[in-house]
Amino acid sequence: MPAGLLDIESLSRNDVEAILARSKFFQPAAGQTFKRLDTLRGRTVVNLFFESSTRTRTSFEIAARRLGADILSITAAGSSVSKGESLVDTLNTLGAMRPDAIVMRHSASGAPHFLSRYLPIPIVNAGDGTHEHPTQALLDALTIIDRRGSLDGLRIAIIGDIAHSRVARSNIFLLSKFGVQIVLCGPASLVPSELASIAPGIELTTDIFKAIDNAHVIMMLRVQLERQHEAAFPANEYFQFFGLRPEHIERAKPDVIVMHPGPINRGREISSEVADSQRSAILNQVENGIAVRMAVLERVLMQ
Amino acid sequence: MSRLVVKNGRVIDPASNLDRVCDVAVEDGLIQHIGENLSAPGAEEFDASGLIVAPGFIDMHVHLREPGFEHAETIESGSRAAAAGGFTSICCMPNTQPVNDSATVTSYIRDRARRFAVVNVFPIGAITKDSAGEELSAIASMKQAGIVAISDDGKPVMNARVARRAMEFARALDLPYIEHCEDLNLSAGGDMHEGVQSTRLGLRGIPRSSEDVMVARDLILAEVTGCRYHVAHLSSKYSVEMVAFAKSRGLKVTAEATPHHFVLADTDMPPYDSNYKMKPPLRHTSDVAAVLQGVQDGAIDAIATDHAPHPGAEKMQEFERCPFGIIGLETAIGLALERLYHTGKVPLPKLVSLFTSGPAGILSLEQGSLRPGAPADLTVFDLDREWTYDVNRSPSKSRNTPFHGRKFKGGPVATIVAGKFIWRLE
Repeated sequence: MPAGLLDIESLSRNDVEAILARSKFFQPAAGQTFKRLDTLRGRTVVNLFFESSTRTRTSFEIAARRLGADILSITAAGSSVSKGESLVDTLNTLGAMRPDAIVMRHSASGAPHFLSRYLPIPIVNAGDGTHEHPTQALLDALTIIDRRGSLDGLRIAIIGDIAHSRVARSNIFLLSKFGVQIVLCGPASLVPSELASIAPGIELTTDIFKAIDNAHVIMMLRVQLERQHEAAFPANEYFQFFGLRPEHIERAKPDVIVMHPGPINRGREISSEVADSQRSAILNQVENGIAVRMAVLERVLMQ
Repeated sequence: MSRLVVKNGRVIDPASNLDRVCDVAVEDGLIQHIGENLSAPGAEEFDASGLIVAPGFIDMHVHLREPGFEHAETIESGSRAAAAGGFTSICCMPNTQPVNDSATVTSYIRDRARRFAVVNVFPIGAITKDSAGEELSAIASMKQAGIVAISDDGKPVMNARVARRAMEFARALDLPYIEHCEDLNLSAGGDMHEGVQSTRLGLRGIPRSSEDVMVARDLILAEVTGCRYHVAHLSSKYSVEMVAFAKSRGLKVTAEATPHHFVLADTDMPPYDSNYKMKPPLRHTSDVAAVLQGVQDGAIDAIATDHAPHPGAEKMQEFERCPFGIIGLETAIGLALERLYHTGKVPLPKLVSLFTSGPAGILSLEQGSLRPGAPADLTVFDLDREWTYDVNRSPSKSRNTPFHGRKFKGGPVATIVAGKFIWRLE
């Protein structure tokens, strides 16, 4: 089976460190315009997005181009997928065109894992259902390291719909490999007790003040309004109890970093004051996304 | 006049407390005599030295997919898989297309079985029309046509009033009422057992409570109505305890367990492998232990496979899109020997009863014993032969099993229905 990047959980700490070190190398210095490399010249990457995405898809496109690869983006709407073709058939068809890697986002958890059993082409998971979003966790780690030097000894709060968040899962698996103290916080139904057992170093709370107390980093998750149909939480009081506002930042560490995978819902899970404040690292995250995806594509294609 | 003598096997018939090395004589499809040194002029002899000879095994929970889904299985192919697994009788669940909710469909299945099945096929009729859970199906006329129980298997009867009325009919007609216990509101959207593993994999969970809530409700209704109530594929520890409690209260309650629920736990599934996806789902190791305990101490009366064929293309999809169910006819004896007998947890006669007198008692079948005059259905199996399951050689039309390539110790050697060999180990 060709080694792609399916999830963070199965990576070792050394793997993660190697990717992060290489990502550092790809970060442009301030004010520098990025020079196009030819490391992956002649290679073809297919970006296959079964769910809409702007930042992740664009970020992979730029990353591939900066390494000299050809990249082709396909979105599910208007493709053979909407004509009832099965996922395996779609991927086999694309596979027959011999791309060197497939970057894939899909709404079903485990879809890339399932395909990797049948397809002789490395797959990079760009988000699978409510499972993982590996490159997001890598770029989050890079952003934290940029500001704090390392992940050692940190306490990090992740706040929101943890149960359905692939960003949360990938971050949990990554951070726990570095011994980070992880506090997961959200409405009771979105922070099931089982989460405490998926990795070492996790604590759960439904009290946002407990979550941010002594935290070095606060990661906010996007609220998915469609979940309220499952009676998972009362949407009308979400911001009141789980939205991050200036009053929370005042109670947090003075150098706390606020992160969000985007796209942000201002006034729903985060207030504009906080999102635009000095504490916010949201735009650094976006920038680091490219460096991390360059490191990942290079790793997957150069092995 | 056809005659067969099965010689020198260890004959185990739990219905008559028999367990000794002797011969079984069969004449014209019926058990004629059991004893030492039997012979009959012109009789075929089968040397069963070193083998176990038992009443033909009964699988009371099978999906044969005919009519309607013949690409997945047919009465013929399913019956051949049953024979290869050592089963001589199978009960087919009504979730076909059309659903077996009328005497017409029941008669059709019986007729097809008479013509194409190599084992006995006993249809189970739907509790409600189209198994929609609303209106009662034609239960009494289906009984006349030959059903042995009622069930909406796969679709629990969510409406308690409907369940109660159906149980009243079941009691009046002396038919067992079999429930697939799952509260659909609690399990909605779930793909595997709700626990650490589902949380880790980002898959929606089917909580244990979805089974427990339904078992609890049904046990209350079973007591109210006095019907013979049977829990299909028991998988949760609390449900096992509730069934044991109901039995201690003297209710006419029985339960079955599948081999996969006492062999595999949720953590045994390779990530997103749909051959491990079924309902109820593979649960926590503590549930697996409880089901095993229930088999040992009598809360569970029968082992049934819930053989549920799905063709490859349907299982070759994203995990959440794959249908539920695995095939199980050919691996049941091997798994039971592995987990129950070779571990010393269940003595052989008790193991045999779970496949014979257990289900026969629940369904009031004349099969399942070796008393003279009973149908000469025999399952001959061994205890120590090592073999590997190769699903690609299965007579079933489907390949969805988590047990492909598994090594077994002991398994079926010959299957005899009405005095005739319908399958023999090559």
